[in-house]
Amino acid sequence: MGSREPTRHLGPGQWLLVGAVVLYLGAILALPLVAIFAHALEAGVGPLLQTFDDPLARHGLWLSLVLALIALLANGAVGVGGALVLPRHRFLGRRLLDALVDLPLAVSPVMTGLAFLLVFGRGGWLEPALAAGDWKVTFAFPGLVLATLFVTFPFTLREVGYVLEELGTEEEEAAATLGASSWQTFWRVTLPNIRYGLGYGVILTTARALGEFGAVLVLGGAISGRTQTATTFIYNALEERQEPAAYGVALVLALASILLLAALEWLKRQRRKEI
Amino acid sequence: MSGVRAAVAPGPGGILVRAGVFAYVGLLVALPLAALLATGLAPGLIALWQAVSAPAAADALVLTLTTANVMALINAVTGTATAWVLVRYDFRGRDLLSGLVDLPFAIPTLVTGVMLVLLFGPQSVIGGWLARQGTQVAYATPSILLALLFITVPFVVRAVEPVLMEQDPAEEEAARTLGAGTFTILRRILLPALAPAIISGTIRSYARALGEFGSIVVVSGNIPYKTLTAPIYVFGEIESGRAEVAAAVSAVLLAVALALTLAARVIERLAGVTRG
Repeated sequence: MGSREPTRHLGPGQWLLVGAVVLYLGAILALPLVAIFAHALEAGVGPLLQTFDDPLARHGLWLSLVLALIALLANGAVGVGGALVLPRHRFLGRRLLDALVDLPLAVSPVMTGLAFLLVFGRGGWLEPALAAGDWKVTFAFPGLVLATLFVTFPFTLREVGYVLEELGTEEEEAAATLGASSWQTFWRVTLPNIRYGLGYGVILTTARALGEFGAVLVLGGAISGRTQTATTFIYNALEERQEPAAYGVALVLALASILLLAALEWLKRQRRKEI
Repeated sequence: MSGVRAAVAPGPGGILVRAGVFAYVGLLVALPLAALLATGLAPGLIALWQAVSAPAAADALVLTLTTANVMALINAVTGTATAWVLVRYDFRGRDLLSGLVDLPFAIPTLVTGVMLVLLFGPQSVIGGWLARQGTQVAYATPSILLALLFITVPFVVRAVEPVLMEQDPAEEEAARTLGAGTFTILRRILLPALAPAIISGTIRSYARALGEFGSIVVVSGNIPYKTLTAPIYVFGEIESGRAEVAAAVSAVLLAVALALTLAARVIERLAGVTRG
């Protein structure tokens, strides 16, 4: 691996290729990002601060944050468990489980919402059971939680899984040989070793949870002040032609994702330094 | 990689973890998707065909597939070029460029749509100028393509990068010494080595594009028969209370996306490509 250092002194043809790539990514990715910040600068700080004065916008941002936190805890715990079990144990149905883990990445958010509606909604598979217990899932908080858990499920499991696969099991075997219990081995050896994978997982899960739109729109119904998240607030504000409110919350989300991205790149650099 | 075997023989704790993960994935992922497929397929193949071939649905599916095709072609080329530049060249700003590639993972898709409206909408500088030239981007098909290109940038780049890192440059140098030109090296050495990663990355970006909703819904205008894509058609049917029609079109899209994902997995396994 890495059998050659990257070329430092580029020739004209190589600079041309770099220029073409920079131009393409600049036009496709950077220009839209610049547009939202240019628009915000043009409008001044006032409208941005007004965003936080609007109780409905505040509620949406707060709800998205709560959902992200729940996804972090639940999918973090199950993700680490799954990453320990999946590549290392041999058992019936392992391939099936492995394929199921990737499924949320292949499903459109709208279809995710629809799928849960067909289970928990009117005429859904579990509707009788829910009615008996007087539980409400669709167009209510539990629906938002399910949608967020579904779309963010693969991240922690996969990122931790990659790190564990590269790591092998020697250190853990050594710990076990030296008499450590499996619990001690997990906390003292495994967990410190998977910290980067866990970090990537946490960041990707947070970003995806804060930004989830289609599934929470279909399953939550975007009832303002109740099931309206940050993204569905933007969508409803655009529908009602209240652009400043929509752009304000969109700017807050854009800033949050740039912070998350910076954290991700920082982690990647730290990891490269260690290798 | 040889160390992939049981760390500790799975004791009662391991079995418990395994059962817990199975139950969680079963309830959270398998159950709702089973409901979607069952509802979509239950009325039978004839009803499924009728739902999919209804003019508005058929047009939406064709639009989604066409824009995804164009996007895939562009991604295969630009993604490979980006990976090449990031792995092989050292230049100022390389880390920033690499970070930019990850941007679509961090930005909410809906915010991407808002950005494109701000950039190309009728009131914007660029949108206004383009309108005077007679070109419309926002609320027209080009905006769909731009949204898809934005959200899928990382797929091919991140698939090709690890393969490129392991590709031994000595092969290329030997060929050059023997008098091979840049294009011969590209065609005879690099493309065969990189092809599986390029194809699997492109397929994954394609599967992702088929389901895209948030970035398109605010920028394309959603005009039936013109700029209404399949996921947005499904959304409209759900909103109108026609869950069966929505489920039927979803089942078809889901089947295509699953087949593509499976193909990508097979290609990665055959070529020994590791992701991540």
